[in-house]
Amino acid sequence: MKRQLTLAATIAAAALVLTGCSSGSADDAGGADATINIGSLYEPQNLSNTGGGGQGVTEALSGNVYEGLYKLTDDGEVEPLLAADDEVSDDGLTYTITLRDDVEFHSGDPLTSVDVKSSIEAVTAEDSQSARKSSFDVIESIETPDDTTVVFTLSQRSISFIYNLSYIWIVNDAATDLKTSEDGTGPYTLDEWKRGSTLSLTRWDDYWGDAAKNAEVVFHYYTDATSQNNALISGQIDIITSVQSPDALSQFEGNDDYVVNNGSSTTKELLAFNDRLEPFNDRLVRKAVYSAIDREKLLNSIWGDYGQLIGSMVPPTDPWYVDLTDVNPYDVDLAKDLLAEAGYADGFSFTLDTPNYDPHPAVAEFLKSELAKVGITVNINVITADEWYTKVFQDRDFEATLQEHVNDRDVVWYGNPDFYWGYDNAQVQKWVAEAEQAKTTDEQTELLTKVNKQIAEDAASVWLYLYPQIVVASSDVSGYPVNGLNSQFYAYDIVKE
Amino acid sequence: MLAYLIRRFAFLVLSLVVALVVIFVLLRLLPGDPANALLSVNATPEQIAAARAQVGSDRPLAEQFARWAGDMVRFDLGESYISGLPVLPEVLARLQVTVPLTVLGFLLALVIALVAGVAAAVGSDRWYGTVLSGFAQLGIAIPVFWVGIILVWIFALQLGALPAGGFPRDDWETPGEALTALTLPVITIAVVMSASLTRYVRAATLDVVGSGYLRTARAGGASMAQALWWHGLRNGSVPVIAILGIELSTTLLGAVVVESVFTLPGLGNMLIDAIAQHDYPNIQGILVVSTLFVLLVGFAADIVQRLVDPRLRLSVSGNR
Repeated sequence: MKRQLTLAATIAAAALVLTGCSSGSADDAGGADATINIGSLYEPQNLSNTGGGGQGVTEALSGNVYEGLYKLTDDGEVEPLLAADDEVSDDGLTYTITLRDDVEFHSGDPLTSVDVKSSIEAVTAEDSQSARKSSFDVIESIETPDDTTVVFTLSQRSISFIYNLSYIWIVNDAATDLKTSEDGTGPYTLDEWKRGSTLSLTRWDDYWGDAAKNAEVVFHYYTDATSQNNALISGQIDIITSVQSPDALSQFEGNDDYVVNNGSSTTKELLAFNDRLEPFNDRLVRKAVYSAIDREKLLNSIWGDYGQLIGSMVPPTDPWYVDLTDVNPYDVDLAKDLLAEAGYADGFSFTLDTPNYDPHPAVAEFLKSELAKVGITVNINVITADEWYTKVFQDRDFEATLQEHVNDRDVVWYGNPDFYWGYDNAQVQKWVAEAEQAKTTDEQTELLTKVNKQIAEDAASVWLYLYPQIVVASSDVSGYPVNGLNSQFYAYDIVKE
Repeated sequence: MLAYLIRRFAFLVLSLVVALVVIFVLLRLLPGDPANALLSVNATPEQIAAARAQVGSDRPLAEQFARWAGDMVRFDLGESYISGLPVLPEVLARLQVTVPLTVLGFLLALVIALVAGVAAAVGSDRWYGTVLSGFAQLGIAIPVFWVGIILVWIFALQLGALPAGGFPRDDWETPGEALTALTLPVITIAVVMSASLTRYVRAATLDVVGSGYLRTARAGGASMAQALWWHGLRNGSVPVIAILGIELSTTLLGAVVVESVFTLPGLGNMLIDAIAQHDYPNIQGILVVSTLFVLLVGFAADIVQRLVDPRLRLSVSGNR
């Protein structure tokens, strides 16, 4: 017994001593041979974007491993990618898209129209978990007259059709097992996904377009912001895709070794009412609540100097953005007057369903103290994300809730009276429907701008603030996306000196 | 001894069955429906019903349990609701990190505890004995994540001598790198673990030091060190072994926190993710595997204890 213990102890001690010598990052190569180490909090669940892979799969694979017919640039523009040309019929119902003829999948199969058809069918399939599924309800048929031509016939005009296509990965129709492997056309191939730890991509030499400017990209996944920051400080990673804890930024600000980028986010923090229920079915009450909250103080306490105030569901990167921050100004007296006018001079109380993860619990406490000043009592009910989905989203069993909504162009949800918040304005519904069937983008923009203003006038929800999108990077890397719209993170232009 | 082994094994099986029931029932008490994991935000009522049928959450609890327990007995841990990937290979992959972390941490803790515990006992009336006991007290009070954070701050952020976290991409293909990655986590576990172990070793040694047989050995001319070496260790190890079994299990559980602090792709981190996502198959798979580990360690500790001390063998098989 004693001898065994001594032996084991010796081995353990020797191992520990032996390992004290080497450390730090081994990837010192720069330029075209560089390995770019990226830190992220969003590990994919699996590698399929139609099988519940989540936000992380978009971040790592979109544009890097898989490509769409079109791409959404980091500035929010839509550009052709695998599509060489497109033609829209006069009635706006037929889209004829010609594919590039020089594209191969990583497996060596050439890209054909059949792959495009099967990729879209995978998104719209019965068992698809793609959040984009309903965007394609308008497709009546997809035809493939020859290898490079795809013809979409729509049941009604859809001005967002091309934009929506930019989300769809074109995947080889012969590919199987997409949850753990890939067959895309992008500038990188998947090297290895080590679950719980890293996902690495290797530059693909047969890429049809401009080759990636680095040899390899490794996404390192963290479960908390502190470990992620430590990894950047100790040189294990070069970039953090999205900083979620503003407290940590002070370590990087004013330090020449790092660059803190303040990009444009599309994530909105909402106090969503159940507009079907009393007293929130009264527009005056909603406006009163809105005006009782000092959003500037809230944003500052959570994000410091980052982030911005918005007066509606629309972030500045959407074409129909206008500054509406003053429609429901912070004004406690106004709030009290509005409450009195609505017949709630003595206030009322309501339950706020609060997701249990940051920043919601802090926001809820803040709202509670703000609303107490105008006589409104907030009962905070902390729930898990899963409970939120069942209770609030599916059953609509709530009075008010906090939630972040991440996508761009999602103001159109206010045109759906069946959505969880139950905002019901026939005029807004009409505008949203007309906007989708608009003949020109100008017309679409005009109509959605009206929607934008109307929901603010109605205080359909309280849009507390727009999150910042903060990318922190070591100062010897450049060429990374700073806006990361819809969670994508194109890695091919990143250069390390 | 054989009769004891059979009884002890039966107890092991019974414990496992009880554990399965507890794991299953506790998870079902969580609010929300596991089927949500399969749904997108635009799910229709039909899709929700289909998802519930797919994961079986529309069935009676007893039926769900029977099906699940049957799978577990065949060591079929099922597929994750979230990723759709099989649970067993991932659990096995994660054990590559958790087992070395736990075992190395435990062994280092043992070495520290044996040295410090015996020294604290032998020098119980000297200054160093008091200091060592004080440190042991302090170690018990410190949370494990705090030790981890301090070590990261010193060795990774200030000195840059060791990585702040993570594990090499090629696992154990380069053992040096893997061990480097585990150094701080192992020390973290050892620091915290050795504190309580030191107290046990000290207490056991004090018992031995005060015992008649040791005094007899000393009277026969042996020095204190010789007497301890010849007679003390074997006698002193019996109560310590029982504690070691429990402590090894505790180390495994402590590894959950340490893995989180150091971002290690082990079972603990997998468990934290799975709980956050309500991924029942993953949670259950991890709990079943770790429960099995804890029960087997307890089993082994009992057997070893009886092998070391013949008196236990006699009394136990004689009386029960």
